[in-house]
Amino acid sequence: MSDHALSATSSNLRAGASGPSGPKPRHMFSRRNIFLYGTLVVVALYYLLPLYVMVVTSLKGMPEIRLGNIFSPPLEITFEPWVKAWSQACTGLNCDGLSRGFWNSVRITVPSVILSIAIASVNGYALANWRFKGADTFFIILIVGAFIPYQVMIYPIVIILREIGLYGSLTGLVIVHSIFGMPILTLLFRNYFTSMPEELFRAARVDGAGFWGIYLRIMLPMSLPIFVVAIILQVTGIWNDFLFGVVYTRPDTYPMTVQLNNIVNSVQGVKEYNVNMAATILTGLVPLIVYFISGKLFVRGIAAGAVKG
Amino acid sequence: MSKSERPSQLFRNLNAKVASIPMILTAMVVFVGGTAWTVLYSFTNSKLLPRLNFVGLEQYYRLWATPRWLISIENLLIYGVISLVFSLVIGFLLAALLDQKIRFEDTFRTIFLYPFALSFIVTGLVWQWLLNPDFGVQGVVRSLGWTSFDFNPLYNSSIVIYGISIAALWQGTGLIMCLMLAGLRGIDEDIWKAARVDGIPMWKTYLFIIIPMMRPVFITTLVIIASGIVKVYDLVVAQTSGGPGIASEVPAKYVYDYMFFAQNLGQGFAASTMMLLSVMIVIVPWAYLEFGGRKRV
Repeated sequence: MSDHALSATSSNLRAGASGPSGPKPRHMFSRRNIFLYGTLVVVALYYLLPLYVMVVTSLKGMPEIRLGNIFSPPLEITFEPWVKAWSQACTGLNCDGLSRGFWNSVRITVPSVILSIAIASVNGYALANWRFKGADTFFIILIVGAFIPYQVMIYPIVIILREIGLYGSLTGLVIVHSIFGMPILTLLFRNYFTSMPEELFRAARVDGAGFWGIYLRIMLPMSLPIFVVAIILQVTGIWNDFLFGVVYTRPDTYPMTVQLNNIVNSVQGVKEYNVNMAATILTGLVPLIVYFISGKLFVRGIAAGAVKG
Repeated sequence: MSKSERPSQLFRNLNAKVASIPMILTAMVVFVGGTAWTVLYSFTNSKLLPRLNFVGLEQYYRLWATPRWLISIENLLIYGVISLVFSLVIGFLLAALLDQKIRFEDTFRTIFLYPFALSFIVTGLVWQWLLNPDFGVQGVVRSLGWTSFDFNPLYNSSIVIYGISIAALWQGTGLIMCLMLAGLRGIDEDIWKAARVDGIPMWKTYLFIIIPMMRPVFITTLVIIASGIVKVYDLVVAQTSGGPGIASEVPAKYVYDYMFFAQNLGQGFAASTMMLLSVMIVIVPWAYLEFGGRKRV
C-alpha cells in the first residue's frame, strides 16, 4: 500500500519538475483561470489564517487583545509574551516556562529518532536481504500492529517499563517511541532495500562481507535519501506526540506538547492569550521548520508514514 | 559456507536473527502480548491494580450503560462521518484544482499541507483561540455591527463536536490532498486525451472515469482516515478537555481517564477492547482484500 503511494508521489514530483507540457496556455484572465486561482487563493488564505492569528496575537499586549480584533495586526509590537512563554509561564507550581519542555523534547526526540531508525533500518535490511524462516510472519504482525489503537497497549507497556525500572524516565519514553515507530520505519526501509539491485548484495557476499559489513559499508551509504525521509518523519512525529508523553513521563520530564497544553488549559490565574499563542507557536516551530526546509521529502515521508494514520 | 558440515538450522543466518530481536520482541511481546493482556484483563474487575478476578462481561455491560461512553461513541460517529466525507471531498477537489497545470503549484501545496506538520495540541489550541466566543470569530463579527451573530461551537454542548471537526479538517485535509494528487498523477495522460477527443465534459471525466480508476487510492485513504478517527485524543484534550461537561468526550479519552485518573482499570481495558474491535471491523476486510487478493493471483 505504501510503496504504491510512495512511488506514485515520487513519480509525480518528477513529472512536476519536467519542462512545460500539456495544452497551449490559455489567456491569463480567462473565466476558468479566475475561478481556478480565485478558489485556490481563498482556500490558501483560510489555511494561513490560523498561523497569521497566532503570530499577531503573540505580538500584542493584553490590553490591545481585550479591545481589538484578533485579525487586526498589532498596533504596538511587543516580544514580551514570547519571553514570558519561554522562561516564565507557569504549569502548576513551576514557573520556569516552556524552555524546560523544549529541552525535554529535545532530549526525547534526538535519542528516539536515532534509536528507532537504527533498529528499523537493520530490521528492514534483514527482511530484505537476509530473510530467515518466520521473518515475514513477524513483519506482518508488526504492520497489523500499527493499526491497533495505542490505548490497547498503553497499560501493558506501563507494567513492562515499571518492571525494568524505566517508568517515568526519558529512557522509557525513548523506548516507547522506538517501539511505535518500528512498523512504519521497518516497512519504509524494507521496501527501499528490496528495490536495490540484488547483484550488489551478491557481489558483496562473494567478496566475503558479512551481515554487518554489507549493512555498514554498502547499504548505509547508498540509502541516505531514505534515511533523511525517516528522520523527517520521526522528528515531526515524536516532537508532536502527546499521548505517550503524558502517559510515560512525570511532570518534570514532560515533553513540550504536554507542558504547552498544561500552560494554556490551566484553570488558575488570568488567561494571557498573547503568552498562550507565543507558547503555541514555539511548540509548533520545530516541526514547521522541518517542514519548510524539507519540502518534497516531507511529502514523501508522509506518503509513507500515512499508514500510521 | 565452504565447510562440508552445514551449521544447524537455528544458527543459520544468526546475525539477521540477532538483529531482528527488537522487531520480534515488539511484534510478539508488545503488539500480540500487550493486546492479549488488555483483552484478558477487560474481563476482570481490576480497579487500582490489575488483578485476575474474572467477572465475565460485567465491565462491558457497565461500559454500555455509562452515559459518558455513549456520548463518546456518538461523538466519534459524528466526527468520523464529518472527517471521512469532508476530507475526501475537500482533499479531492483541492487535488483536482492543483492538477490543472497551474502556476505556483508548489506554493499552494505547501500552504495546504503545513497544518499537517503541526501537532494536534497546537491545532487544538489555535482553534480554541479562533473560536473563542469573546475575542474570536464570533466576537469580531459582532463588533462589526451584527450583534446577534452566533457562532460559538466550543461552548455549546450540542455542536461542540463540529467545532472540533473544523480544527481536525484544517489539520488533516492537506494529507488527503497529497495522496489524491499522487493518485491523479498516476492516471495515464492518454485517458484525458481520449476523453477530450470524445468531448466528455471535465466533471464527467472525473466522476465516471478518473474516480473509478483511483479506487485503490481511495481505499488506502479511507483506511488512513478511519484509523486516524478512532485515535482522536490530543485534539479534544487541547481544544475542549472533553467539555462543556462531557459533551465532547471521545473513546480514547475515556480509556485514558479511567486507566490513569478514575483508577478503574477494568473499565479502561473494556473500553480499549471496544476500540480495538471497531478498528478490526475496518482493517480486517481491507487486509483481506489487500493481502488475500494478492495471494490468489
